[in-house]
Amino acid sequence: MTDLTLDQAGKTKSALVSTSTLQKGVAFVVLIALLVFFSVFTENFAAWNNVVNIMQATAVNGVLGVAVTFVIISGGIDLAVGTMMTLTAVMAGIILTNLGMPLPLGILGAMASGAVMGAISGTAVAKLKIPPFIATLGMMQIARGLALVFSGTRPIYFNDTPNYGLISPESSLALLIPGLEIPNGVMIMFIVAIIASIILNRTLFGRYIFALGSNEEAARLSGVNVDFWKILTYALSGLICGIAGLIISSRLNSAQPALGLGYELDAIAAVVIGGTSLSGGRGTILGTIIGAFIMSVLTNGLRIMGVQEEWKIVVTGVIIIVAVFVDIMLRRRA
Amino acid sequence: MKKTSTAAILALSAACVFSTGAKAQEAYFPIVAKGFSHQFWQAVKAGADKAAKANGVKITFEGPETEAQIDKQTDILNAAIAKKPQGLGFAALDSKAQVPALKKAATAGIPIVAFDSGVDSDLPLTTCSTDNKTAAAAAADKMAEAIGGKGEIAAEIHDQTSATGIGRRDGFLNRIKEKYPDIKVVEVQYANDALKAADDIKAMLQAHPNIKGIFASNEGAAIGLAVALKESGKKIVGIGFDSGKTQKDAIKSGALLGSITQNPVGIGECVVNSLAKAVKGEKLPKIIDTGYYWYDKNNMNDPKIAAVLYD
Repeated sequence: MTDLTLDQAGKTKSALVSTSTLQKGVAFVVLIALLVFFSVFTENFAAWNNVVNIMQATAVNGVLGVAVTFVIISGGIDLAVGTMMTLTAVMAGIILTNLGMPLPLGILGAMASGAVMGAISGTAVAKLKIPPFIATLGMMQIARGLALVFSGTRPIYFNDTPNYGLISPESSLALLIPGLEIPNGVMIMFIVAIIASIILNRTLFGRYIFALGSNEEAARLSGVNVDFWKILTYALSGLICGIAGLIISSRLNSAQPALGLGYELDAIAAVVIGGTSLSGGRGTILGTIIGAFIMSVLTNGLRIMGVQEEWKIVVTGVIIIVAVFVDIMLRRRA
Repeated sequence: MKKTSTAAILALSAACVFSTGAKAQEAYFPIVAKGFSHQFWQAVKAGADKAAKANGVKITFEGPETEAQIDKQTDILNAAIAKKPQGLGFAALDSKAQVPALKKAATAGIPIVAFDSGVDSDLPLTTCSTDNKTAAAAAADKMAEAIGGKGEIAAEIHDQTSATGIGRRDGFLNRIKEKYPDIKVVEVQYANDALKAADDIKAMLQAHPNIKGIFASNEGAAIGLAVALKESGKKIVGIGFDSGKTQKDAIKSGALLGSITQNPVGIGECVVNSLAKAVKGEKLPKIIDTGYYWYDKNNMNDPKIAAVLYD
């Protein structure tokens, strides 16, 4: 795709369409295969309430995956998503519980603090020219430390905000359609994914994110304000981490300051399983959501099969490598 | 050349020990814990601070961010030893791996008191800890009683490598095996992260719909248990370990039957008191059991229990 010439442009474009469908296709086939496998080989896997369990276990990782997808497509990486999530949850706790402010302010505060942290990472990358891996590694530690400092190393509870459970564990959908008890946290994940897809595919911002990832120099030379859009990309990632922070703290009815480390790797795994290229310029939100589902189906299914914890971790690692390998092989042939 | 310099350092450090030994009033004890952010460690610290004031000594309380960071804890330990303190309190993340670092302290003549989980070595003068096996066995007895002595149960253990994880798991499982032949343990899983524990337990309940009770071996696992039971709407017997607001609220509301708590304040006091005694040359017993308590809806507000529970 790099030696794209004018007369090949038409052909390359159609190839692009087919490869992007293909990469989602691979992840999707893996997901279906896992679902079939577990349904056949375990007794209690294929039940509606287990589907809800799986969706709920996907919500946090799915949202973090969406956050990091933007950054990865732009040619960067964000290692801070897990601990930024923790920090935003702590911010919500401080605003709602310690300061006693109303719920909308807590939600706003969590998302705004995430966006600010993200913008700082982005500025370090764009203006200070620090490699994204290093800048966000630094931010990972900063966010983790601040979460502990601001919370006084103690969990903050949301008992004074009775509606806080509305964000994640409760199901508003079940009120509309009885029986369809999909938790709100899951609905939020789907809504975030849809909005993210629109931003990525239908807006100027989205086009610039792809441009940054495929050829930053070309984007710069054609007059794109590269630094600005880069900072905005990281800020958007941070803002979405704020949403994840709200979901996790709502589900646990507390902001747990020591939690969050390692979540960035699960999110990155979901992104790469979903076919997004770690070298940037190529990827989809749908792929990431499918990737996140593959991970939680695997965890849930292996657990129900009674596979030992230690082996479960090994299998997850193997699946990550196999999924990406198949994706690469198919794309080479295409 | 190298030999003489080490000899010189040894002599110097020995001199340090003797000179500071004379003015025990200003004794300094670094306490290296397994963490600091979990409420449990904050309670241990509170006990240690209290005892430090009573004994007129200075302490510092440090630990790694997560209980998986054995290497980081070893760094903290080495830094603490390098300060040539008059005594050292240490809760090993790995009961074997950190023995070499402790040897350095012992050769430098620094008295060591282990706490929480033990160390597989004779180096510590004493160990201040809950006997995790005995405490978890008590949880097994409560579980058996609550489910009527028969049926399927499961356990969510906080980790598979630390002495507390192994002790609580084995204490619980062995008691069930020895005393309750009609109870079957269908699953033992591991998670310390509340969110992961919740998803784990929901999958367990899915795989074994007849589970009558689940034991969760620390605060993180118990939060997960409370969340999982609330979300799945299953009415089974939940028994936890340690405390924390979520766990306490769940016990108050009846979602969990009760929990075992160690005596973290007592552990902290025991470490500093033992170090103070060691500096004065007093003999110490090999192990000091700081005890455990069973707490449930009925005795949570008992002042003796309430004092060791934390939010």
